[in-house]
Parts: sequence; C-alpha cells; structure tokens
Amino acid sequence: MHDPLVIGGTTLSSRLFIGTGKYSRNTLIPEVINRSGSQVITVALRRVDLTGGEENIMKHIPSHMTLLPNTSGARTAEEAVRIARLARAAGLGNWVKIEVINDQKYLLPDNLETIRATEILAAEGFVVLPYMSPDLSAAIRLRDAGAAAVMPLGAPIGTNRGLRTKELIRILIEEVNLPIIVDAGIGRPSEAAEAMEMGAAAVLLNTAIATARDPLGMAEAFRDAISAGRKAYLAGLGPVEEVAAASSPLTGFLS
Amino acid sequence: MNLLINGTAKDYSDSCRTVSDLMNRPEWSGRLIIVELNGEIVSRENYEITPLADGDRIEVVHFVGGG
Repeated sequence: MHDPLVIGGTTLSSRLFIGTGKYSRNTLIPEVINRSGSQVITVALRRVDLTGGEENIMKHIPSHMTLLPNTSGARTAEEAVRIARLARAAGLGNWVKIEVINDQKYLLPDNLETIRATEILAAEGFVVLPYMSPDLSAAIRLRDAGAAAVMPLGAPIGTNRGLRTKELIRILIEEVNLPIIVDAGIGRPSEAAEAMEMGAAAVLLNTAIATARDPLGMAEAFRDAISAGRKAYLAGLGPVEEVAAASSPLTGFLS
Repeated sequence: MNLLINGTAKDYSDSCRTVSDLMNRPEWSGRLIIVELNGEIVSRENYEITPLADGDRIEVVHFVGGG
C-alpha cells in the first residue's frame, strides 16, 4: 500500500515517530528504530556537562533518520527559538518540535508561547512541529503561523494514560487542514491504533516503548498497531448502530 | 584567560585564542556540539577565525536523549 506522509517536503512511509529518552541503555535505540520502522526520531538539547561522563546519543542514531530536536526546557517563545537555532546550527536539518512548558506538574504546553515561537521559526525556514494542548483555535493559529503539522497531546507526557483528549483531537482532525500527530501519553498499541483509525497522521511515542519490559517487542507492536489503524482509517469504518442488524439472512429457515 | 563556560568559570591560560583552540581540547572531543559565544551561535566553519577574549560567556550544548 503506497500511502506516504509528506511533512515539510520529506516523504515518510512510517507514521510512527519515536523519542530517545529513558532507555535503560542507549544501545537499544538502533534496534528500536529497526523494529519500529520509524524514520523520525526526537532528541533534546542540553549544556555539555563539563565534568564529563555523558554518553553521545548521536552515535546511536543512524544517519538516514530525520532528526526532530525538541525545545524542551523552554518556558517562553524566545527560549524555544534560541534552542531551535542552536539545533539547526549542528547541521542535521531544519526540523524542530516546539515544546514550551511552564507547568511543572503536568508538563502541559503553553499554547500562546508555542504559537509565537512557531511564527518566528516558520518564517526562518524551519519545519515546525508544535507540541500543543488540543485546542481548535490554537491549532488553526499554528497552521496559519506556518506549522508543518500540529502535535496535540493524548495525555500528559510520560504517563502512558492513553487517548484522554480523544474528542478534542477528533475535532482537530476534522477541522484543521494539516497533519495531526498525536504526541505524548499514548501507552498501549491499541490506543495508537485508535488514534490512527480516527485519522491522525502519525503518533509520536517515547515512554511507552522505552519503559516496556521488552522495548524491542513493544516497538514492533506499535509499528503493527499504527499500520493497522491507518489501514482501518483508509478502509472506512462501518456504521455504528444502536440495535442488532443481522449479518445472516432472516428468511429461508429450515422447518 | 578567564572564560565562563556553561556557567562555570574556567581559566585556560594562553592556549585558547580562538573557538577552534577551545573546541580542540580533549573534553569536547567526539561529540556533536554547538557553540554560543556571548549569545551568538558560532558556526563550525568560523571556529578558527573567531577569537576569544577574557570574560567571554560560552555555552556549549549537545544532543541528549529526549522525546
């Protein structure tokens, strides 16, 4: 089935984006990439620790992957812009996941600052993928500001609580003419499949795979679930009825 | 020469005249790093021609795991 996802001029055959945080050992990352089929991978930017001892995450990421640096740590649009520019200066592409957060308990994004950062970075030629709370007005403003997709949360980051914002995401899919990528909160393959059945363009996962007992098996389970959900969306789900509707003919019984 | 690197004061004496000299030090080797000097990003091709001065503020960042 030829069903590519095109974002910022890049054609993707996989609709599963993955993160690189929380793995028990980073050597799992190349194999997770392999088993998940993912082509887009997120990383964060931090100060180098002068005392040394940190591992270089980049050595675990194959060069064919599209790198999606995030702006985690940013509390304002200005900080997000600064982090995005630093990431681009590394020479690994111009994609950026805008993440502006002021709420330390639930890590919910600040949509207003996110819109401001998106305006600035899209004008500078970045492929901007903003992480956002699923609010229709904000999503439309992000689209108008030049976002390449919008990434509403399913549940707070790292909770594995699933598609708690389902109804609002459904509205974004219906009303915003941009790829909608469910980012954060998805814990189970069935939840990823549900997001895809609804018409989400892709799903971004980290914790669900990284904290599974067997991350490689879970990577494969998500790959299959996202593929199945997408196929179901394209095939068109049958109507939901209130009362039974016989699948077999109701006449011609044996007497 | 006193430099403020990632918020820590460092004295690299006379051996660090340019950003290139600083980045060639062993503690930065083998990493994909990005340098900001007094708030401005220094692109890799300009490391050699960007001089350092006493009191410069330098941020050295790199990629880490994240989602």
